Amino acid sequence: MSVSDMFSYIQGFLSADQDVREEIRKVVQVLEQTAREILTVVQSVHQPSGFKDIPDKCTKARELFGTVRTHIADLKTKFPVDQYYRFHEHWRFVLQRLTFLAAFVVYLESEALVTREEVAQILDIEVVRDKGFHLDVEDYLAGVLIMASELSRLAVNSVTAGDYNRPLRISNFINDLDSGFRLLNLKNDPLRKRYDGLKYDVKKIEEVVYDLSIRGLAKEAKSDQ
Amino acid sequence: MNKRGGEGHPQKNGNAAQHCEASPDLSSPVIAAFKVFQMELDAKHDKYERLVKLSRDVTIESKRTIFLLHRVTSVPDAEAILNEADGKLSGVREKIGQIAEELRGEDIYQFHRAFTAGIQEYVEAASFQHYIRHRSLISLEEINARLVFMTGDEGCADTPSSEPHVITFQVMPADYLLGVADLTGELMRLCISSVGNGDIDTPFQLSQFLRQIHDGFSYIGNTGPYEVSKKLHTLRQSLGKVEDACYTLRVRGSEIPKHMLADVFSSRNTHMDPEEAVV
Repeated sequence: MSVSDMFSYIQGFLSADQDVREEIRKVVQVLEQTAREILTVVQSVHQPSGFKDIPDKCTKARELFGTVRTHIADLKTKFPVDQYYRFHEHWRFVLQRLTFLAAFVVYLESEALVTREEVAQILDIEVVRDKGFHLDVEDYLAGVLIMASELSRLAVNSVTAGDYNRPLRISNFINDLDSGFRLLNLKNDPLRKRYDGLKYDVKKIEEVVYDLSIRGLAKEAKSDQ
Repeated sequence: MNKRGGEGHPQKNGNAAQHCEASPDLSSPVIAAFKVFQMELDAKHDKYERLVKLSRDVTIESKRTIFLLHRVTSVPDAEAILNEADGKLSGVREKIGQIAEELRGEDIYQFHRAFTAGIQEYVEAASFQHYIRHRSLISLEEINARLVFMTGDEGCADTPSSEPHVITFQVMPADYLLGVADLTGELMRLCISSVGNGDIDTPFQLSQFLRQIHDGFSYIGNTGPYEVSKKLHTLRQSLGKVEDACYTLRVRGSEIPKHMLADVFSSRNTHMDPEEAVV
């Protein structure tokens, strides 16, 4: 094989690779669009009026996840399944956002931490790598961390909206989450960086709970229950 | 006092949660889930570290092979050195076999960053040896064909069926490309040192070969990975040095007695370098 043959062989390989990436990028763009739509829906819970019809908003978000599932099904056809990590960077960001949105919806519905299996189910993907397009554990954890900062925001806004009970529940939940993350031995990677932000969310929520307790508002909420 | 105690009571619930944080108990579903994540992440990081270590070993041994191969110009018996390099390279391949073993059943791209440096260095060493022996560019298939490993004896240890299984390691085209880009630097050094030994033919062969590779890289241009375009600059410098060397040989070669050639050449080279830095 001559030198120029070798290079044109490699060139063929590289341009095929680029075509695949181009295809993936297109689908991911649509996915990001849908993710933003879902975010707009669930973000309205921060509005004072939004607290009243949380179930309604969750239903709407769940409907939009149907669109997400069709796009992800489309994405799965764009590349060989055993090369997931080759193109991982392209959908990593959007998958973390979608995990966050799914986790947030599940929290609003049941006030529980979404499991990795549930996220995979909502997005119609797998948990185990061998079975196909899956949710990487680090992406799942990153999504959960995004939710934590959203919850600290929700704690503040629920007080403004007059819901004094919610911050206490959020506080318990976040504390649980924090002790969960403390079990992990994280490397010095993006996930670790994001985890470092969790303590500020915890602190923020604790401050809200403190403000409520010192004014006796927390007690009031308790007796309301 | 009494009042405080009364106030403390409703907060007991909150305190219970704090308590669970202090000593994580397995009953909490969140903690149980995170225990699983902990194991999964630790297993992945451990594998990554093992691969990095193997990759380092591959890099070091490949570098040593390249140094060894540079001695061919100054030794009468080139074949002996090539055979010694063969021995070293098969040691390197053994390490790559261990990498392949680690990657069995994994997505090779997930750990690519851990071993890419080692593989590139191996491609450089293997292609350098191939060039010295055959005066041609080793193809990707030829490299991959050598990276086939049998794990018969280990097979009976972990699998009940004791039949030997074959694992292959596929060098990725991008790694191959980057390895070949590094090769050009070695060829440039080979060219300069071969002149030092009064070898007039090798530089001309090398300049032709380097030009072919350079044309190949220009053909790929920026469709390749980002690192390729970075290496292209260095490749151009190497080619320039070799072309200048050939020029000097052609112009001055006929005038100067052969035994003085090396001197003229090396002095020209030394004051050529500052110019290169400016470019």
